Amino acid sequence: MNAPAQAIGSPGGGQLAPNVMQFCRTLRAAGLPVGPGKVLAAIEAVTTVGVEDRNDFYWALHAALINRRDQREIFDQTFHVFWRNPDLLKRAMSLLLPVAEQGLSGGGQPMQKRVADAISKDEPSFNEHPQSDDTPTIELDASLTFSAKEKLTSKDFEQMSAEEIDRAKAAIAALRLPIPDVQTRRFQPSSRPQRIDPRRTLRQSLRGGGAVIDIAHRRKAKRPPPLVVLCDVSGSMSQYSRMLLHFLHAISNDRDRVHSFVFGTRLTNITRALRHRDIDFALQKVGQSVFDWSGGTRIGACLHDFNKHWSRRVLTQGAVVLLITDGLDRDAGEALEREMDRLHKSCRSLIWLNPLLRYAGFAPKSIGARAMVHHVDTMLPAHNLDSLESLVEALSIDHRQSGVGMRDWQAMAEG
Amino acid sequence: MSSSPPNTVEETLSLLERGDYVADRALSTALFLALRLKRPLFLEGEAGVGKTEIAKVLAATLNRRLVRLQCYEGLDVASAVYEWDYPRQMLEIRMAEAAGQSDRDEIASDIFSERFLLRRPLLQALEPEINGAPILLIDELDRTDEPFEAFLLEVLSDYQITIPEIGAVRAEAPPITIITSNRTREIHDALKRRCFYHWVDYPDAQRERQIIRVRAPSAPESLSAQVVAFVQRLRKDSDLFKAPGVAETLDWVQALSELNAIELDPRTIDDTLGTLLKYQDDIERLKGEPAAQLLAEIRAEQAAHA
Repeated sequence: MNAPAQAIGSPGGGQLAPNVMQFCRTLRAAGLPVGPGKVLAAIEAVTTVGVEDRNDFYWALHAALINRRDQREIFDQTFHVFWRNPDLLKRAMSLLLPVAEQGLSGGGQPMQKRVADAISKDEPSFNEHPQSDDTPTIELDASLTFSAKEKLTSKDFEQMSAEEIDRAKAAIAALRLPIPDVQTRRFQPSSRPQRIDPRRTLRQSLRGGGAVIDIAHRRKAKRPPPLVVLCDVSGSMSQYSRMLLHFLHAISNDRDRVHSFVFGTRLTNITRALRHRDIDFALQKVGQSVFDWSGGTRIGACLHDFNKHWSRRVLTQGAVVLLITDGLDRDAGEALEREMDRLHKSCRSLIWLNPLLRYAGFAPKSIGARAMVHHVDTMLPAHNLDSLESLVEALSIDHRQSGVGMRDWQAMAEG
Repeated sequence: MSSSPPNTVEETLSLLERGDYVADRALSTALFLALRLKRPLFLEGEAGVGKTEIAKVLAATLNRRLVRLQCYEGLDVASAVYEWDYPRQMLEIRMAEAAGQSDRDEIASDIFSERFLLRRPLLQALEPEINGAPILLIDELDRTDEPFEAFLLEVLSDYQITIPEIGAVRAEAPPITIITSNRTREIHDALKRRCFYHWVDYPDAQRERQIIRVRAPSAPESLSAQVVAFVQRLRKDSDLFKAPGVAETLDWVQALSELNAIELDPRTIDDTLGTLLKYQDDIERLKGEPAAQLLAEIRAEQAAHA
């Protein structure tokens, strides 16, 4: 990596390198993951492309500093403010930072996100009134009011005791979803004579000088399919939400390829928040990022959002979808049925865990449930969903032996 | 044809133009940087926006060999990098035995020599070529699993592959690497960090018309203008599950000009909608009245401009 060093010293560099560095620092403050390696790459890129053309300059920095599509907006806005007048930005940042900090209860990680939020949201109006000093208050207000119609609450969860954590781990270890592991195309050594493993056979036989050839075997490796959990956190489900989040956290940390979403009146992807090992921290982050706790339910609209924006990104490689909802939908009807159908067609298997089934005489007769019941592969009853153990038990039940099959549920919905 | 990489962004643009690829400035800049600084170019975007095509065009215009690695789930070293030719090795051992040879080191070095090595795309890409380093296209990386991605990380950082029986194989000149992804899952940041990144967007109307002019020259101008307006509207405001890509636009224009259409009309749209939209729900949603209405709006718009 000598090239960047040369590039910095090369003619035409001059003030450029420090400026690019400053720009990278600004991006970092705005929450983009721009490390020193990327700063060097950016300097190298702009010295290669040159600064004659503003457009080329923009795209050179873009190619070097961005590596996800969703970073484009922040980059774009920061670029335009910074390269017009760096001082302007400094002022804006100094105004914004303290405000952003106040809204937080601590931790370096969420703060970056907040700053990014602040900067990305603030830019447009900031451009309109570059001189105005009260920009930050207006901006942060705007970020919290953009859907005043919904009932918005963030949520605090009671912290989890050490004993509870242990129990959760044990419960998750006992979890057997009613879906078999899938065969991958990779192989693993096997002692049973199924397929010959030529590579191992040959290497082993060489130990004996090739005189005796011992046949080694291999078999196809198996692994659990990716899991996507769509979890209802609306009012009718609110008594379960803490436990369900514990479940989501435990399962996210237990296996790979788990994506979690919660929905009430809108859909939120909480996969990243749940990746934190520490459950209390993870739940705190979830509580801050989801705004529709205990509100109404719009299953159809949320599923539409999921189908349109996420299904192609998370439902690959034969994912299994676990839908946890009571099927009580505020605006049920045809839209819900269509979205369920689309979801059903996009995944390997769709499992519906329904806590309403705890009442012995339950039949899926509400409009929402009736629209859904025809488009799921498995409906799991949860008669008693007050603890993680009971949830795991409900999920692990072998539905073929439970007596009531999907056909029965569907017949009940009709009749 | 020249086989030396371009020296400026303009040259990159005209290079792509020579290969009938209508690129925008942003893409050319990213490509120029990748060529110049010898780092992989990571292209992400919806299906059918011309990501794979870039590698093909580069190979044709720079006159290099194109080595393509199509990714799929479970892609492993044996099918991506190298494999030993086991049947021939077995045979070799038997022959050595028959000849009375029993020195095991000798046999080992015999059967693990390059003669028995089957080279797969990644290894091929590291081999020197007369025309210069080949173009390595790693297509649809999002289809593989994480372990392969991690392996690729090592290859792309040093352009070196270690075969235990032979030793390290290192590229004299790193191949020009183009990685594409449809973003059906996020590729790990560690891999993206080593590349120049570009999100290939749908083209704007003007560029899309230009693409049709270059790629489907037989289509009448009035038809392609209508088709582009139609497709652009579909992408922008309708609620389709999968918006049509450039590839679909081209298919549609070609289908329409095969049918000798000079202009769009509701009936032809209904008949050929299957070349543009690939989901039954989407076709159902647009067929008949909505398509006719969209067409009427476009006609009114074009009449107003004319």
